[in-house]
Amino acid sequence: MNASALILMVVVQLVVVVLTVYFFYRVLVSKPKPEPDSYIENDDVER
Amino acid sequence: MSTNTEAWGSRVGLVLAMAGNAVGFGNFLRFPVQAVQNGGGAFIIPYLVSFLVLGLPLLMIEWASGRFGGQFGHHSTPFIMGSMDKRWLWKYVGVFGIFSNIAIAAYYCYIESWTISYIFHSLFGTFNGMDQHEVAGFFSNYLDVTTSTTGIPYEALIFFVLCLALNTWILSRGLSGGVEKVAKIGVPMLIVFGIFLAYRGITLKAGQEGAINDGTVGLNFLWTPDYSSLANPKVWLAAAGQIFFTLSVGMGSIQCYASYLKKRDDIALNAMSAGWMNEFVEIVLGSAVIIPISIGYLGIDRVVELTGIGGLGLGFRTMPFLFEQWGPILSAIAGVSFFGLLFFAGITSSLAMGTPGMGFLMDEFNWSRPKAAFAFGTVVLLLGLPTIFFFNEGVFDEYDYWAGTVSLVVFALLEAILFSWVFGLKKGWREITEGADIKIPLIYRFIIKYITPVVLILVFTGALIRPVNDDWSNLNPREWEFHNESIIGQLQHKGVGPNKTWFADAFFAEADGKVDSVFVLREKHYIRVTRLSPGGEPVSRDYRFNPEKHSLSLTPGDEVETGAVLYSGKIVNRVFFIDMARLLLVSLFLLISLLVYIAWRKRTKDGRVS
Repeated sequence: MNASALILMVVVQLVVVVLTVYFFYRVLVSKPKPEPDSYIENDDVER
Repeated sequence: MSTNTEAWGSRVGLVLAMAGNAVGFGNFLRFPVQAVQNGGGAFIIPYLVSFLVLGLPLLMIEWASGRFGGQFGHHSTPFIMGSMDKRWLWKYVGVFGIFSNIAIAAYYCYIESWTISYIFHSLFGTFNGMDQHEVAGFFSNYLDVTTSTTGIPYEALIFFVLCLALNTWILSRGLSGGVEKVAKIGVPMLIVFGIFLAYRGITLKAGQEGAINDGTVGLNFLWTPDYSSLANPKVWLAAAGQIFFTLSVGMGSIQCYASYLKKRDDIALNAMSAGWMNEFVEIVLGSAVIIPISIGYLGIDRVVELTGIGGLGLGFRTMPFLFEQWGPILSAIAGVSFFGLLFFAGITSSLAMGTPGMGFLMDEFNWSRPKAAFAFGTVVLLLGLPTIFFFNEGVFDEYDYWAGTVSLVVFALLEAILFSWVFGLKKGWREITEGADIKIPLIYRFIIKYITPVVLILVFTGALIRPVNDDWSNLNPREWEFHNESIIGQLQHKGVGPNKTWFADAFFAEADGKVDSVFVLREKHYIRVTRLSPGGEPVSRDYRFNPEKHSLSLTPGDEVETGAVLYSGKIVNRVFFIDMARLLLVSLFLLISLLVYIAWRKRTKDGRVS
């Protein structure tokens, strides 16, 4: 691959991967809101 | 009282369902083709700019509108929009949010059924030993519904009905019990399949397994920037269009999913997460599968030529042949992976298309979930049959153009205006940030209010008056010639050619050339007219005719000019099917509008107007 293609690809893909992982990680670790919230699977979980 | 008691099971399930809604065939088939046709690596710059100023704002608008309407018990756009402004007009604008989902599902489920069929054929080695023309011919035969590729009569129809039945059954299981479960399996699976194929694509070596180029040649071709293309409005319009279609905005399905959220729950982080997940699948995986593999085996020139027939053609006519080069076992695994990832990308989107209509029927007419799912399946079946039986007559393309393209842009433009200017950005911003787990930059207030509507107006205007050859340099209205695919060009039937009447006594040649041959293929009769392309390559066009009804006016060796009579007899032209498809779509829109009117009258009578 030529240098400009490689740099563009690596930079863009790195940014996309980092942001995707970051936002999904934030979704996973965010504290649930007090009940009643929108999700039924955690209805019996103690807070 | 509404029977609609749907709820999401978990937040991760909702984010995956939203991401699955956005991830579709376009991520793997449309994005790389658009990038190749619009300056390679430089396409990514307008693409990312469009994501920031068009994609993310629209995601926020739709999530916020949906959650707002959901507080009043509305789960479809007519009444979600009606709750944002009381004027009657918005309820009927909201009809787009049910209409486009049903109309798109009618042809989208058909593509989805191809993926099921191709998984089956990959597993059973149908493509083994076929050359490239035979693999391409297999797809053409498959689309001709009367031809069987496996001995099963009406195979394409059977797979479509099976696919639709599967969608209907999952929808009847509800959000948490059906849609969410499929998303939790489908999205990770398609990422795993995508990573496997991307790895195979990138590590292709010239000289091994029949490859003529390294996989990196394709990546180099895709990512080498051509910065001069940044000055071309066509590239910006294509980038904005791609962002628009890849995120599934302008459809009404995001509002529907978000309407099951409570006021205190986050939408900002959820929207960001689902949006960037779609970008990961598109930019990282989508760019590393089709183009590297096809250029590895066919070379750059051939792939550029093939992108002219679109991503669907490249995916279904070419990829099975390329996988064959990897040997019977690996080609079966690759075929199942490729069509499996397309299947999961498709079904997570088609399920999202079912929910707005079902939500409407459950909210307004107290229908049970299975009954509403069955109604969706039945309407999609009835609307989908013409796309199957008259695929080659252009019905499929008409649905895609009007419901899958124009309607989305119109609806997104109107919803952006409603949110920013009618509902008001002050209230709108409060909706976006209420319960947010992340801080949205304040610049987005400005972008949502001014930039996004202006970009949408530009996208719509670009689609309306797109000039021939995409030449935007000549701004003289008197010399402006519309592109065949512009909205005005479509309304004028510009691409139809000389056969402009519904019924005729003669069929006219649609291009110059020489009658090459008259031949029979699988009991169907064709005239082949061949001409030389500017590059000196022969380009053939086959016209089908029926010797019992038509008499030929030319014989092999005759020169043909566009408009010359090829054969005479009783003829039903393609334009008839095109207009009937449009009539069907208009009828569907009017029918849903009527249902919205009846529902509104019912609400008024019951004192439930909110």
